[in-house]
Amino acid sequence: MSVSTGDVVVTGVSRAFGEVAVLRRVDLTVAAGTTTAVLGRSGCGKTTLLRIVAGFDGPGAGTVAIGGEVVATPGRVVPPQRRRIGYVTQEGNLFPHLDVAANVAFGLPRGRRRARDGVAALLDLVGLGAGYAARRPHELSGGEQQRVALARALAPRPDVVLLDEPFSALDAETRVTTRRAVAEALAAAGTTTILVTHDRAEAMSFAGRVALLRDGVVAQEGTPAQLYRSPADRGVAEFTGDVVALPALLDGCCADTALGPVRLGTPAVTARGTVLVRPEQVRIGGGGTATAVVDDVDFQGHVALVGLVVDRGPRVRARCPGHLVPQVGERVRLSVEGPALALAPEDRG
Amino acid sequence: MIRFAAAGAGHRYPPLRPAAAGVVAALVLVPLGYVVAAAVATGPAAAADLLWRPRVGELLTNTVVLVVLGTVACAVLGVGAAWLVERTDLPGRPLWTGLMAAPLAVPAFVSGVTWTSLSPGFAGLGAAVTVTSLSYFPLVYLPVSAVLRGIDPADEEAARALGCGPWTAFTRVVLPQVRPALAGGCLLVGLHLLAEFGALQALRYDTFTTAVYDRFQSSFDGTAATMLALVLVALCLVLLGIEPLAAGRARTSRVGRGSARPPLRHPLGGARVLAVGALLAVAAGSVGVPLWGIGLWFATSNSTAFPADELAAATVSTLGLGVLGAVVTTALAFPVAWLVVRRSGPLARVVERCSYVGSSLPGVVVALALVTVAIRAVPAVYQTVVTLVAAYAILFLPRAVVSLRAALGQLPPAFEDVGASLGVSPRGVTLRITLPLVVRGLGAGTALVFLAVVTELTSTLLLAPTGTATLATRFWSASTEIHYGAAAPYALLMILLSAPAAWLLTRRSRAAGALA
Repeated sequence: MSVSTGDVVVTGVSRAFGEVAVLRRVDLTVAAGTTTAVLGRSGCGKTTLLRIVAGFDGPGAGTVAIGGEVVATPGRVVPPQRRRIGYVTQEGNLFPHLDVAANVAFGLPRGRRRARDGVAALLDLVGLGAGYAARRPHELSGGEQQRVALARALAPRPDVVLLDEPFSALDAETRVTTRRAVAEALAAAGTTTILVTHDRAEAMSFAGRVALLRDGVVAQEGTPAQLYRSPADRGVAEFTGDVVALPALLDGCCADTALGPVRLGTPAVTARGTVLVRPEQVRIGGGGTATAVVDDVDFQGHVALVGLVVDRGPRVRARCPGHLVPQVGERVRLSVEGPALALAPEDRG
Repeated sequence: MIRFAAAGAGHRYPPLRPAAAGVVAALVLVPLGYVVAAAVATGPAAAADLLWRPRVGELLTNTVVLVVLGTVACAVLGVGAAWLVERTDLPGRPLWTGLMAAPLAVPAFVSGVTWTSLSPGFAGLGAAVTVTSLSYFPLVYLPVSAVLRGIDPADEEAARALGCGPWTAFTRVVLPQVRPALAGGCLLVGLHLLAEFGALQALRYDTFTTAVYDRFQSSFDGTAATMLALVLVALCLVLLGIEPLAAGRARTSRVGRGSARPPLRHPLGGARVLAVGALLAVAAGSVGVPLWGIGLWFATSNSTAFPADELAAATVSTLGLGVLGAVVTTALAFPVAWLVVRRSGPLARVVERCSYVGSSLPGVVVALALVTVAIRAVPAVYQTVVTLVAAYAILFLPRAVVSLRAALGQLPPAFEDVGASLGVSPRGVTLRITLPLVVRGLGAGTALVFLAVVTELTSTLLLAPTGTATLATRFWSASTEIHYGAAAPYALLMILLSAPAAWLLTRRSRAAGALA
């Protein structure tokens, strides 16, 4: 596997369709052999970015380099078939006129195609048995189709694999198992991978790094934990998970809130402001000093989101384990565990 | 070393296809160019002199009235039959599906000749509208019924759930989705009526097309014929301009995967007898009368003969021309259809419209233009199959384009993207993905062109190399001399040759949808 040549470097890429700027000076580096998820709402430009990396579209400004080789500049674009990429679409797009084996072997040179060279190994890699080789695409479930699509993309041993929302057409349960199978296959193949998705849980569980794309700009890039625990701004905090905003008196490395003292991720000068914590940090019961009344419960089985009105304080939401859910109307004690989210100072509000 | 492709918006490959489509558009514009050049050469004063005459006004009225009445009649027959067959509990559905497409296998000129032979007084506007609309309504029926079959039944159910009655649901949800297919079908009918020659000649109804032919045949008066053709071209442009307005701008493809259930069928109740009677009358008029007439010719005419050699020769040359014309035309249609589907934009629209303009000219004008251009530019192809096949390609290109366009439209671009991402060249992507996946559309387009060539009369009369006779030209020369018995075997052979292609169209609903 030519892992050393597979890094992707996007530098200052812009793209507009007519008057609408879809990408604005996007920088993104994906190290060889790693996986980055590009996370964003629909219309944020993430698919356009992926298509520019793939070569289906070209940048209006900026460059794309794969393995140190510039493959796209404004006006000069290496066509996709010369980029050594693998591309998996939302619905897989298995060729309906070919069986599974022929689909997987599609990108191989003619001789190896005939011999069905490595098809069984690839099907095995994506967690499907050799029994699938003779099946037709319409005989497969959605999750199986996506696994075959990945096997097909991996067959020519690409340097980079591009995944365009490959799990979003699947139902919730298949999505998790397919995602796991795909992640394992990609790790085994050792390719550089870019996943485009609007699903934050998918992005954080699938990829080693996440780039949050917002209005055509990379708002933050880092490990999933960095985006979740140290978001660059309140928008990133809200996009990567639920947020509890608490009015606070900031003082050094600690803040005083209606839920009691909260440790700050980054020290602050003495001032009034807001601290952000995640709902799972709001602890119900235990030794907290604040009291609140439960006013609504969203029970999801393993966890529940509990709405609480704090005495002489704001309304907050807490995430608690499913077996510890309080009753609506119950009076409970609250405290905050762990530090507040570490925002850049100007975003403390 | 890395080779770069030229930059452009969106899909950047393969770069050659727009060029190929441009070349095809240029070819189909040869006859139009000829007509315009001839008009310019004539000069405005002489042209006005030739056009500003009561006879021209009469022809204009005749032509416009026929096109309007014939198109409306085809729309009513086509939509009505499609609705009865696809959306009601009409008994004997498979039979009707076949019978309503069967008129495509009976050339309009054969139909016209049989009607007059059975009833010599049957002539004029009423006769012309009756015969041509019975011949051409399948051009509306096939695409509309394909759309009716394809509409997600959940659409209608959603409308019902929102409080619409069955009829309101049909008019507000189903009909708007049918509209583009209906408009496309009507455009084809209108263009056929503008170019119709044989049937109208037989029914003694003069339009610009018959006048052009007569003028050219009787006096070889190229200038007068070309001036009349100029008006015909203008009428065709008007039709082409109306069609997009009639089709509307709305997207009608399914959003999402849809539900896999058969469409709703409305119970006809007591109206069943009426519906069956109406469809029977249509089938009798469009297929029954011609077959009955041909049967009578066999039985009673004293000119009946079976010259085996001539029949075999005419059949072989018809088949050969049909296959050659169909293959060449479909090959030329591919880049045009690809451009229209994959790079819809001003260029694509212009190229596609060009193919309509070329095909809407009467065969006689196309033939005249090709003869002139061949003699002046490439004398080697004059009086050869090359000019004849070129005429077929110009006349029938839209049939192949619409079939391929529909098939390519069904094919998500992601398939081609995936192919390219796997390192396959643009040519490889075309050969290994696009063509296999549009093979139904290719087949339908080829069948449609074959059907048209087998029954083509006017340009074959004028362009066929000396000594080459087709079934259509043999039929025509025998029937114009009232030797109906001698004409009968040729008519029957034409119908037999066309039948499989017509049948194929009814079998393939998507391909049939491609007609529009």
